[in-house]
Amino acid sequence: MVTNENSPDQARFTKTRFGRRTELTERIAKTVFFLMSVAMIVPLVAIISYLVIRAWPSLSLEFVLDVPRKGMTQGGIWPAFVGTVYLVFISLAVSAPIGVMAAVYLNEYAKDNWLNRTINLAVINLAGVPSIVHALFGLGAFVYAARFGYSILSASLTLAIMTLPVIIASTREALASVPMSFREACWNVGATRWQTIRSIVLPNSISGILTGVILQVSRAAGETAPIMFTGAVFFKSIERGDLFAYNLNEQCMALSMHLYTVTTQVPKVEESIPYATAVVLLGSVLVVNATAIAFRVWLRARKKW
Amino acid sequence: MPDEKIEVRNLKLSYGPREVLHGISFDVYENEIFAVIGPAQSGKTSLLRCMNRTIDFVANARVSGTIKVDGQNVRKIGHSFFKRLAGKRPPRFSDVFELRRAVGMVAPLPVGLPLSIYDNVAFAPRASGLTRRADLDAIVEKCLRQAALWDEVKERLHSLGTKLSGGQQQRLTIARALSHQPEVLCLDEFSIAIDPVTTMRIEDVLKELRKEITIILVTNLTQQARRLADRTMFLWNGEIVELDSNEVIFSDSPKDRKTYEYVNGIFG
Repeated sequence: MVTNENSPDQARFTKTRFGRRTELTERIAKTVFFLMSVAMIVPLVAIISYLVIRAWPSLSLEFVLDVPRKGMTQGGIWPAFVGTVYLVFISLAVSAPIGVMAAVYLNEYAKDNWLNRTINLAVINLAGVPSIVHALFGLGAFVYAARFGYSILSASLTLAIMTLPVIIASTREALASVPMSFREACWNVGATRWQTIRSIVLPNSISGILTGVILQVSRAAGETAPIMFTGAVFFKSIERGDLFAYNLNEQCMALSMHLYTVTTQVPKVEESIPYATAVVLLGSVLVVNATAIAFRVWLRARKKW
Repeated sequence: MPDEKIEVRNLKLSYGPREVLHGISFDVYENEIFAVIGPAQSGKTSLLRCMNRTIDFVANARVSGTIKVDGQNVRKIGHSFFKRLAGKRPPRFSDVFELRRAVGMVAPLPVGLPLSIYDNVAFAPRASGLTRRADLDAIVEKCLRQAALWDEVKERLHSLGTKLSGGQQQRLTIARALSHQPEVLCLDEFSIAIDPVTTMRIEDVLKELRKEITIILVTNLTQQARRLADRTMFLWNGEIVELDSNEVIFSDSPKDRKTYEYVNGIFG
């Protein structure tokens, strides 16, 4: 009589020692990787909750809309908030078109020769330059050499130079994600490179390109060194809630700079103000990023292959 | 003797230091189906890419020799600007884009562009400057009918081309290749991604098309070459082993023993 355990079919599925060991390894690996990914969330949640708790007494819409009062020891952050909006907007308005067009050239047109290899190398190295070095460059190039003075224009251009290589890199990645076979199909029917780019490559990489650009908002908003050297000031008096308070050739306040000054330079600041400033900075960056993600999800859903 | 549509003379092609075509010469006649058979890596696809100059997009490719389409050397296209300025006779093709429209190409794997079915077929006419809706409609219908796809898609011309099945997409690719009214149609192993029934349907289409245009058929299926072609060229390691009419190539006694062995599946 054949017992259940000894039946040939059963025997085939009984685990060997090797089989048990691989199963154990698999479980350990999965658990370790899972814990690591959870561990990554912990500091983020900790930072945000700590900031929000400490900032709570000051947090309100009024805090964003109001101007600093009593030697910046009380009141709100409106001038800094508007300044940051200006800086980010102008710098990206400069760097996004240049970066995207440069990336289209490098990815779609450039042949593999010494000039383009040099440009590539320059882009990669420029992306690795510390922001304080960009600040010195901006000081020399825009403030003094171009005679823009300490101004929003100088600071924005410095930020633009800083974000440019990253925009080029992310745009190239987005362009490269469009399959080569699409381009070849277009060339085979006699389309020029530009016709191919306009009708196939750009429509299918636009989500990646925009995501890359929008993510640079957070970088431009967070940097302190480049604007400190070129156009951000300690204090600037503007009207409460006035959105068009600054001119391009004026200096401005900025959130990152304001956070630095109220934390270290101003005595007897109301305790929750630096934390509230940080929350506003972090919050606006997160809102922009969330918009970028939502936008990408929306475009992905319309992706056509 | 039929007219030569394409004349290839001493064509050499190398990718960097590796030479893949070692100086081949042959003619393709007007309105014939010309099959190219041979194992992988024998330079079949590279040969096609030389003909419509898409080889230009391969960075390290070096070509020498001549390929003449209707008597014009395609390798010289685009360098004729000063000659035209000097009042020389206008050449057959004034730029490579015109050449590529005259020498159509169908890739081995179907590529539905991420556009609607209609836009897929209307892409090439639009790229060459045609904008009138009525003309485009006519071309789209004619090409889809020629590619035996019209009846299946006429109800949903504005749905995505990439959502079609593999066989349908391949026929869409053929329709797109026909949309710019080529004089020569190069098919590069068009049947590897589709089922036998669809393959037979497309083969019928090709038989129909050869009344109007010249077809170059690169294929791994020797039986397909036998069924369709007038003449067959056996390419091996970048050299022509044998080029003759189908009666000779697929007979029991082709000139070269290798041809016999390859065609009958003894080697290769």
